[in-house]
Amino acid sequence: MSTGVLPYDPARDASTERILRYSFAERVIHWTAGLAYIYVLGTGLAFWSPYLFWIADLVGGGPTARYWHPWFGLLWFAAVLWMYVAWRQDMRTTPADREWAKHVGDYIRNEDEKLPPIGRFNIGQKYFFWVMFFGGIALVLSGVVLWFVNDIPWDWRWLRYTAVLVHAVAALFTIGGFILHVYMGTAMVRGGFTSIIRGEVSGDWARMHHRLWYERMRGKGSGKSEGA
Amino acid sequence: MSQATLQIVKISGHPGPIAGQGMQREEKVAKLVDTTTCIGCKACEIACQEWNDLPFATTSFDNTYQTMPQTEWNFWNLIKFNEQPKADGGMMWLMRKHQCMHCAEPGCLAACPADGAIVQYANGIVDFQQDHCIGCGYCITGCPFDIPKFNPATKKVYKCTLCSDRVTQGLEPACIKACPTGCLHFGTKDDMKELAEKRATQLHEHFGFEKAGVYDPPGVGGTGVIYVLHDVTNPEAYGGLPSKPSIPWAVKLWKTPLKILGNLAMLGGLIGVTLHYLRFGPKVVKVTQKKGENRP
Repeated sequence: MSTGVLPYDPARDASTERILRYSFAERVIHWTAGLAYIYVLGTGLAFWSPYLFWIADLVGGGPTARYWHPWFGLLWFAAVLWMYVAWRQDMRTTPADREWAKHVGDYIRNEDEKLPPIGRFNIGQKYFFWVMFFGGIALVLSGVVLWFVNDIPWDWRWLRYTAVLVHAVAALFTIGGFILHVYMGTAMVRGGFTSIIRGEVSGDWARMHHRLWYERMRGKGSGKSEGA
Repeated sequence: MSQATLQIVKISGHPGPIAGQGMQREEKVAKLVDTTTCIGCKACEIACQEWNDLPFATTSFDNTYQTMPQTEWNFWNLIKFNEQPKADGGMMWLMRKHQCMHCAEPGCLAACPADGAIVQYANGIVDFQQDHCIGCGYCITGCPFDIPKFNPATKKVYKCTLCSDRVTQGLEPACIKACPTGCLHFGTKDDMKELAEKRATQLHEHFGFEKAGVYDPPGVGGTGVIYVLHDVTNPEAYGGLPSKPSIPWAVKLWKTPLKILGNLAMLGGLIGVTLHYLRFGPKVVKVTQKKGENRP
């Protein structure tokens, strides 16, 4: 287990300092998106492979899963849209991110002391956000076609064919992002999971992972979004 | 045709092998539709409605002899009408009985994700089992003939059963029984093909239809409904009968290579993050110097 080693800052005790990283609204919307995504992921996988159809049985059977899948999909996308409105400034790639990206190998090896400082989100989080945002647009557009496939005229059948492919490919991209996001948010980056539950991180955590954001937050009462 | 011909040989959305596969001599049945002797009387349409007890579908009038634009969830047998200009400047009326083709390689079944919602019997009949249908409509995308139709009230998809209930009892399908001109025939696929070829030969030898032939498209492995056409080179003229039907390439791509690739990618992702954790472990914030310690 490797660690970021931080020099002690005499002006402030960063180990007991608590900083608000996600507001209550941000946490609510994150978990709306997260839980809705888990539902559409599970039911979607049930429709994807006969060997995973048992997932549909867990949530009430095939017809029930089919009935709710599009509605939970819309709920998920509504939450993603909210995040877009709230976080789109934070999710822009900055020069600091590009510098950080050159050291991504150090990040993977947990040699965080070699990383340059960055703002509220790192470039991986930003990419994840955009994968879910654009993946969500593709999923909703193709999903509407699949939802009302009986109303797509025969002469427009290319739309049906495009929709099944787009829906599957876009879903796979979001699943890739989701696997990394869940792994990093729970097992890998300790402190990340509590931050999205209770909203707060320690000063040390903020200094280690998001130094520029930490420095901007010092003296401020809120960790709500500001420029990245 | 015995009950054994309803042994199931293909099942949609089914994990693992199929118990009935290869367990019977597969005596395929087929309907033969001779479009050259169809008069468009629509007795088959009515027989279908009656035998299957279907609630009436709304008919529409579009200045032709066609009952409605397409088949519906409650209207499985539709005579397609088309006026085709002839080389001598005259007109030819083309009537074609349009219904599920009962493909040997059914696109609906390939696309269906629900275990047992679509089955193929040893006799070749492709049947929808609505009690297993989840109403996703993938079969609508998979079908190359625009056949399965969604009922919004039950959220299930319906189509011609080739009267599998009658066939099991040794009866011919209702439409066949109703046909007054003898343009519809029913029997084993081999017998129907022989009869069809004989009729096609008769059409070019005695009636001058040089291009007459049998429509039994190989792109879907042959069908359980075969046609004799005056012009087999232009099936599109018969109310949009596709000239080279096959399972749509998008459905094939989606159900095989993309699925394999996607499964490998998802599995790879899970293995990847597990290996990362085992090799590098978590990122933990550790501060080497605490308040109150002696600091350099």
